[in-house]
Amino acid sequence: MGRGLRVIPLASTTVDLARIQFATTSIYHFLFVPLTLGLAPLVAVMQTIWHRGHDDAWLRLTRFFGTLLLINFAIGVATGLVQEFQFGMNWSVYSNYVGGVFGAPLAIEGLAAFFLEATFLGLWIFGWDRLSPRVHLATIWLAALGTWLSAFFILVANSWMQHPVGYKVSGGKAELTDVGALLSNGFALRAYLHTILAGLIFGSVVMLGICCWHFLRGRNVELFRRAAKLALIVALPATLLQLSVGNRFGEAVTSQQSMKIAASEAQWNTCQPCGFSVFQIGGFSAEHPNPSFSITIPKLLSWMGTGSFDGKVQGLNQLQAQEQKQYGPGNYMPRIELMYWSMRVMAILGVVMALLAIVGAWLYRRQTLDKARWFLRAAVAAIALPFIAATAGWVLTEMGRQPWIVQGLLKTSQANSPNIGTATLAASLGVFVALYAALGVVDFVLMRRFARVDPPELSGEAPAAAALSY
Amino acid sequence: MGLEIFWFCLIGVLWGCYFVLEGFDFGVGILLPFLPRNEDERSVMLSTIGPVWDGNEVWLVVAGAGTFAAFPLWYATMFSGFYLALLLVLVCLIVRVVSFEWREKSSNPRWRSTWGWANTVGSIGAPFVWGVALANLVHGVPLNSSGGYSGDFLDLFSPYTVVAGVVVVLLFAFHGATFLTIRTAGDLCERAAHAARRLAVPAALVAAGLLVWTVAVAHDRNQRGILPPALPAALGIVVLALAVLLVIRRRSGAAFVMTALAALAVVATIFTGLYPRVLVSHPTFSNSLTISSAASGHYALTVMTVVAGIFAPLVLLYQGWTYHVFRRRLGSPTA
Repeated sequence: MGRGLRVIPLASTTVDLARIQFATTSIYHFLFVPLTLGLAPLVAVMQTIWHRGHDDAWLRLTRFFGTLLLINFAIGVATGLVQEFQFGMNWSVYSNYVGGVFGAPLAIEGLAAFFLEATFLGLWIFGWDRLSPRVHLATIWLAALGTWLSAFFILVANSWMQHPVGYKVSGGKAELTDVGALLSNGFALRAYLHTILAGLIFGSVVMLGICCWHFLRGRNVELFRRAAKLALIVALPATLLQLSVGNRFGEAVTSQQSMKIAASEAQWNTCQPCGFSVFQIGGFSAEHPNPSFSITIPKLLSWMGTGSFDGKVQGLNQLQAQEQKQYGPGNYMPRIELMYWSMRVMAILGVVMALLAIVGAWLYRRQTLDKARWFLRAAVAAIALPFIAATAGWVLTEMGRQPWIVQGLLKTSQANSPNIGTATLAASLGVFVALYAALGVVDFVLMRRFARVDPPELSGEAPAAAALSY
Repeated sequence: MGLEIFWFCLIGVLWGCYFVLEGFDFGVGILLPFLPRNEDERSVMLSTIGPVWDGNEVWLVVAGAGTFAAFPLWYATMFSGFYLALLLVLVCLIVRVVSFEWREKSSNPRWRSTWGWANTVGSIGAPFVWGVALANLVHGVPLNSSGGYSGDFLDLFSPYTVVAGVVVVLLFAFHGATFLTIRTAGDLCERAAHAARRLAVPAALVAAGLLVWTVAVAHDRNQRGILPPALPAALGIVVLALAVLLVIRRRSGAAFVMTALAALAVVATIFTGLYPRVLVSHPTFSNSLTISSAASGHYALTVMTVVAGIFAPLVLLYQGWTYHVFRRRLGSPTA
């Protein structure tokens, strides 16, 4: 792929460094993005309730959670720029190869979504005393719409890497041939639903946790009970639906990226029907494919992967042989143990969050939510869960595709920038790690401080004061 | 071929919009340590761009993504070739973006002054590197026969490109000053007008110099005739002269229009000088990337043209409306 001879001895290190950089910056970026995806519409709902009923409690809540949304949004925007730049910086072969297809959804995202979100969020922040209440309410909804649209186009781009459609390869480059196929990629639609639900879970679980922190201290109980109710109304269906959507997403992966599923189940040989391993010790290498201990639920994997209790799931060994035949010699397996545990962390946390929402809703109905201290403590701790689950999910999605950068088309090891050596990569990685760590500390301190303050009391000129204090 | 040229022009327009819009908000950041007398005035100054800077920055995002989609080879070579320069831009922009939101989150003077300075450093660093980067497109960088970058970081710095970086910073400072004269009131406005008057002559002179130099570089390095790039350059010089005149006559609204057009003229001259190439190779001129060699397929360009045709006017409409909503001048609360 036009690589100079002199870079070949460095190639494995440079690819690894470029991958570490992509993983670090993307995982970090995606800690903030889904919280925005969830908090933006939740804040919009709060403001809508206030607008309809003129109950000032909802205005106080809008401003309280709006502040958290903005602190979080700023760092999401800042780290998002890195995402766009680093394709070209670190992955120039990839960029040149796929730009004609992959670039299109990114450009559309900017035009159709990012402008919307950035412009209308600015209007929302500063527009309290400049816009009529109705127009001002519309701005937060448009900003929220922008964040949801943005996620769609990004997932269209990512899904094309998982399951390329609507293209042809000509002159050594991928070329778009069918934009309809690109946008209606079944993989993308499932990934989008999965991500949007994840966002709503982020927003509602974080919101619930903050409410519970205030309940624990007996502060602002009346006010936060309303917010907790809203959070539960969103969290309950979102977490339950996510279990089913995540499962359906798994089915799509099973049919289109069989290796990823086989790896995430450490399923060495083709099975029918297949049991689901809940927990196992060992069994993660080809030399020792049998775990020394495992808990397995019969037939469950068949159902999860294919929708039928007697479905067939292909094994790693068979897929490896098949891909070698198709693409030539090489190792086509991702890292099995990492895949296996990412899958379980994500799925188990998904179930835990669903339980949290169920118990929370039950306690709320019995009107004992703000007194059940064990639950309150659990809900505060649970703020961390969506962040861990989303990270595990992306590790599964991206590392499960390896060795491919675009499934079946281009290998990661051939896609990085040939002119960027280890020293440059190490230096830029160092810069990002240091900068992101510093930003992370500041962000965490700010989020914690503003999650713990008492929501601002309203004076006569309240909305105007919000703009001035900015 | 027609669509490819259209997209080349469109990317020029996107960069132009970015220079005009983020240009003044960089300018406000650059002037932040110099104009205000107290903390309140600093907040007022930042509030003039508070509602709009993020939307302005999206023009950069779209210019980048548009290049990625329409000219993958240009994007790949430019972004990997200008690696450390772009890393610098990213650090500047990241620090600047968070400074807007985070500065207001505490009234501790040290906290505020730290984030104020972060904003200023970002507002100087980013336009400097963009000036250097765009100038390099036409000045030429070492490329190999497959269109990859074969130089190193220092190859990006030559007298011409460094001057371009400095000029862009100065021009944005001037542009920011004229912007502040129409967006602030009272004392702060007086000081902004004073700053504009002091910046006008040096900024206009060096910017005019850069425009002439760009025409010469395009002729020399890109085998370009004198006339095409000389046209936007000449218009740019006229606009700069008018800007100086209007600033002195205190016609702040018209002066702002002129500094905006001057920022546009810099981009227009570079892009006109660049045509029909997108990235000039030097010393091996034949390795230069051209519009046709770097472009995506016809179908992809058609799709994106339709998308741009629908959304670009919408964006202009609602961004224009935003400026209308926030047209009121801001003064220091005590004034």
